[in-house]
Amino acid sequence: MSTVTVQLFASYAELLGASTIELSLAPNSTVNDLLSRIRLLPGASMLPAAPRIAVNRSFASADQRIQPNDEIALIPPVAGG
Amino acid sequence: MKRSAVVTREIDPAALLAEVRSPEHGAISSFIGTVRELNDGRRVSAIEYSAYAAMAELELERILDEAEQRFDVHSLIVEHRTGRLELGDVSVALVVAHEHRAPALDCTRFVIEEIKKRVPIWKMEHYEDGTREWVDPTRAAETSRA
Repeated sequence: MSTVTVQLFASYAELLGASTIELSLAPNSTVNDLLSRIRLLPGASMLPAAPRIAVNRSFASADQRIQPNDEIALIPPVAGG
Repeated sequence: MKRSAVVTREIDPAALLAEVRSPEHGAISSFIGTVRELNDGRRVSAIEYSAYAAMAELELERILDEAEQRFDVHSLIVEHRTGRLELGDVSVALVVAHEHRAPALDCTRFVIEEIKKRVPIWKMEHYEDGTREWVDPTRAAETSRA
């Protein structure tokens, strides 16, 4: 198991009541596995079906594997401009 | 001249225009986004922009790189502001210079549309009635936005 830190922003930080969360993941876990873990947290039931995840500052696909030192963020619907 | 930035200070569109203005160009196109007083029928009093700044800056760079390839435009600047903005304040400014108008105009449209899709920036609208809400374009039924 390794621990990863997930950054939360804007509406998702409010839903989950934190700006970062720490989760233990099994080796070779994917973005999808991470999302399944996040869904178990209090407040996470309000998240959309497929929230976007960024790994190392790029949008990641559901099957991307997560490495122990990756920078991970849960990205709410963007509203710039 | 190609640069992008997420800034917390006021944006000066005239300064950006001056930066890309050059005798080699025959056209400068710009887009300037400002804080509107009405959204979805509700009276807005202010907007608070926040960002995942490290990724937002990278994503802006990637969009400009793509725009450069796609439109053969090499002179483009974009600045996006975060923090609390009042009505009429400039939230984003984009300037594009080219020899001819068509690539400049097309590139401007491309860049602002990509920003709205992919740059991790969020806005919390504050309303005159004292309520507030995160803007979620995926949920909003509105078809045209600034």
